[in-house]
Amino acid sequence: MLAYIIRRVFQSVLVLLIVGLIAFSMFRFVGDPVENMLGQERTIEDVERLRDNLGLNDPFPMQYWNFLSNALQGDFGMSYRQGRPVAEILMERAPATLELAAVSGLFAIVFGIGFGVLTAIRRDGVLANLVMTVSLIGVSLPTFLIGILLIYVFSVELNWLPSFGRGEVTQIGGWSTGFLTESGLKALILPAITLGLYQMTLIMRLVRSEMLEVLRQDYIRFARARGLSERAVNFRHALKNTLVPVITVTGLQLGSIIAFAIITETVFQWPGVGLLFINAVQFVDIPVMAAYLMLISVMFVGINLIVDLLYVAIDPRLRSDHSARGH
Amino acid sequence: MMAQAQSVADRLRGLGGGKSKGAVETSSLTPPVLALRDLVVEIPTRHGVLRPVDGVSYDIHAGEILGVVGESGAGKSMAGNAVIGLLDRPARVASGRIRLNGERIEGVSPKKMRPLRGKKIAMVFQDPLTSLNPLLPIGDQLSETILAHLPVSKREARARALAALEEVGIPAAAERLDSYPHEFSGGMRQRVVIALALCAEPDLLIADEPTTALDVSVQAQIIALLKRLCRERGMAVMLVTHDMGVIAEAADRVAVMYAGRLAELGPVAEVLRAPRHPYTHGLMGATPLAAKGQARLNQIPGAMPRLDALPQGCAFHPRCPKAGPACSFSAPTPMRMSADHSASCHFPMMPEPEAAPL
Amino acid sequence: MVDQQNSPVARPGALRRFWDSDMGWSFRHSPVAVISLLVVAILALGAIFAPWIAPYDPFDPASLNLMNGFTPPMQPNAFTGEIFWLGTDDQGRDVFSTILFGLRISLFVGFSAVVLAMVLGITLGLLAGYLGGWVDTIIMRLADVQLTFPAILVAMLIFGIAKGVIPVEYRDQMAIWVLILAIGLSDWVQFARVVRGATLVEKNKEYVAAARLIGRSGPAIMLRHILPNVLSPVLVIATISLALAIIAEATLSFLGIGAPPTQPSLGTLIRIGQGFLFSGEWWILLFPAGTLLALALSVNLLGDWLRDALNPKLR
Repeated sequence: MLAYIIRRVFQSVLVLLIVGLIAFSMFRFVGDPVENMLGQERTIEDVERLRDNLGLNDPFPMQYWNFLSNALQGDFGMSYRQGRPVAEILMERAPATLELAAVSGLFAIVFGIGFGVLTAIRRDGVLANLVMTVSLIGVSLPTFLIGILLIYVFSVELNWLPSFGRGEVTQIGGWSTGFLTESGLKALILPAITLGLYQMTLIMRLVRSEMLEVLRQDYIRFARARGLSERAVNFRHALKNTLVPVITVTGLQLGSIIAFAIITETVFQWPGVGLLFINAVQFVDIPVMAAYLMLISVMFVGINLIVDLLYVAIDPRLRSDHSARGH
Repeated sequence: MMAQAQSVADRLRGLGGGKSKGAVETSSLTPPVLALRDLVVEIPTRHGVLRPVDGVSYDIHAGEILGVVGESGAGKSMAGNAVIGLLDRPARVASGRIRLNGERIEGVSPKKMRPLRGKKIAMVFQDPLTSLNPLLPIGDQLSETILAHLPVSKREARARALAALEEVGIPAAAERLDSYPHEFSGGMRQRVVIALALCAEPDLLIADEPTTALDVSVQAQIIALLKRLCRERGMAVMLVTHDMGVIAEAADRVAVMYAGRLAELGPVAEVLRAPRHPYTHGLMGATPLAAKGQARLNQIPGAMPRLDALPQGCAFHPRCPKAGPACSFSAPTPMRMSADHSASCHFPMMPEPEAAPL
Repeated sequence: MVDQQNSPVARPGALRRFWDSDMGWSFRHSPVAVISLLVVAILALGAIFAPWIAPYDPFDPASLNLMNGFTPPMQPNAFTGEIFWLGTDDQGRDVFSTILFGLRISLFVGFSAVVLAMVLGITLGLLAGYLGGWVDTIIMRLADVQLTFPAILVAMLIFGIAKGVIPVEYRDQMAIWVLILAIGLSDWVQFARVVRGATLVEKNKEYVAAARLIGRSGPAIMLRHILPNVLSPVLVIATISLALAIIAEATLSFLGIGAPPTQPSLGTLIRIGQGFLFSGEWWILLFPAGTLLALALSVNLLGDWLRDALNPKLR
């Protein structure tokens, strides 16, 4: 058990080191950082001094080490495009993305599990069939098209909800939140649905197929044979067993939400980290790209790790070190 | 040859063969706990309607164990599922009667059926490993079942859960209430399953191959437990199995099924000593216990036909050594062989000398 | 398993044989598959023959008349009286023609990317399975790391890096190839896994040892034996990958990091059209969007059907 956790942590660190190496290689070899930082007017001495300051004359492993330790201290270098520290820009943008991702994730989980259970229990119902058909279209529909269609219906035709931006935000410490104003909440609705819809469909289909599988198990038949109510059978017995495999995928989906926010943020001009990243790709702002890559890796790897541990917490079979066979 | 029949009878004498008499006597006073009359279960498929259970009738009285025996696919489990109302769609009860304590329960709404399950009719499945929810402690599964049927407090339910575990012989039961199913061995797990099935004190227990998945040494313990509970509580038990040895060991009466129909029905001692249906006869020749003393087991030639390719007339006739012309066009109906022994055969075997297999 | 012992190259009567096979039966009895294939075929033919079908050449400035700008569908233009089936955009370009040419780019990129991913995946899978040891470890670890991230994010990064490497003056010219590279590289893992699994099974069979004894190269002869075995799963993965690649291309282009406005794909057209949504010129957006949806949905449904038809267990 402990050995398992240690192995997983070790693997995670390895992944992070590899990603760090990729990020560093981008930073170091794509374009010339010195060229990018100094303007047209520069002297050989300027270049040399900067190369020295940036440590570009050090041996490669040394440079990689410095890059990593700087990144660990929150120093990701300067943005080529904005001329400000990348960390500062990221901190500014992070609340918008995190709030959007949290609301979308909640939406995806609640409706995904809800619809999944509904379509599994009432397999032949009209509503279940409708939901399944719509979900098939949902999987094929690119996220950005969903966003555009929602804007077309709810902003252009009905004029109910705003089509871009975060609305009014309130500053609480270093955190800007859109949760506290009406316009902020209204602005959140369409992007959150856009971002969450695809993940919701995936979760729903997974919950459905897992639950159908669980409902075929002997212990469900046995629970029925003991005269437990349908509610107890479906929710207490079937759902809990369904959720064990679902948690893994759902966890990974939550990670993807942050990545897919790039698309949603572009459609809705949402001032988050994703929009920042897209602009960085467009203008080849390598430090911002590298920093984004590393941040999102930490997040992904962290989520992976948490999911593994959660798994252990839910399933008692994984919890005990010894199997008590042969009492 | 006589020695063979004798050995079975020997075993039976010590194992409560006499008790069945008492059970039969009570039957005249009160209705049987379970009474099946011409039960038909149908499965509509693309290739036509299949009948896994076809016109089966038998009774089970309080304090009696009826063994239902047959090859896999003979419809023995399907009848049990029909009784407890857990047929998998699209299987359904097409006709016939199921009476529980004299009241009809076939075709009642799920709403009326649910309170009967667990409270009046309980069921135990083959594999104790898969019968228990792996994520819930067994104490929770027990009290949940008790609370579903009895008007007691949670505290009281837990006390009863403990008593139920003790009754089925779980050592240190108080400490094991919070254990998870995977922490028990196979035999202990089946005891837990039995405790769960019986915790609301049902009148009828359907045990579907309860020992098949267990080690041989554990099988006998579970059989003994089932017998003890049956006698102590005066519970009716339908013991479904493919194992003649288990029947000989545990049952008071036996129902032999073949291709969805009842081949033979009667007291265990009588059926084993002098089987009337050639199929029962063959089945015993193929059972290690019953064939003790024989050099090798006699197999019945061929295999049971698939339900979608049943032969005309008696389903057994293509494999039957005694089949005559009548067998291939007319299906035999149960014929009385003695007071409570019947067989569905046009040419039943005669007891004594000819009964000997070769 | 479908009978694929012989080389899958079409021979006389191959179509006939398919029609009579189990697959053919399953195809004829699935209206969804028939309609999907029909839609894909029509769209593909439209894309291939776009230069001959399209009523206008949207990239020939000489044929453009700014007066024709913003003509609604099926209505005569207020100034020139010309009628355009699906209307025109701000530049007076015929939307129907731009869709045909956009479809051409989208399908070309999607198809090429899948071929790239397939070649790369089969090669790496074969190497990993055949050589084993540290080669296997490195390739499969790499696959694991890449799978941690959504493919679209990987494609964006590759696109961004490539953009940084390529000199500014070539960027637009190279954009299509960079797109293919980015999407192809982001999608090889599935192919590699299937082929590696099949290779591990075949590796220990006698013919491989025999081939080596007579001095033939192991991987070459294995490839010939392995390919028939993995043909069905590879075909299914390829079809589903095609849908994903088309969506990925459209997404990248929509985000402005894909096909340039000089060579607009469906995604680029949607990006351009989005700007006109609020001013009421819905046709500039909705027709390309509908085309993309029809294409992606049909390929997806075709992939679903193929997976069910080739997997007898699920039937």
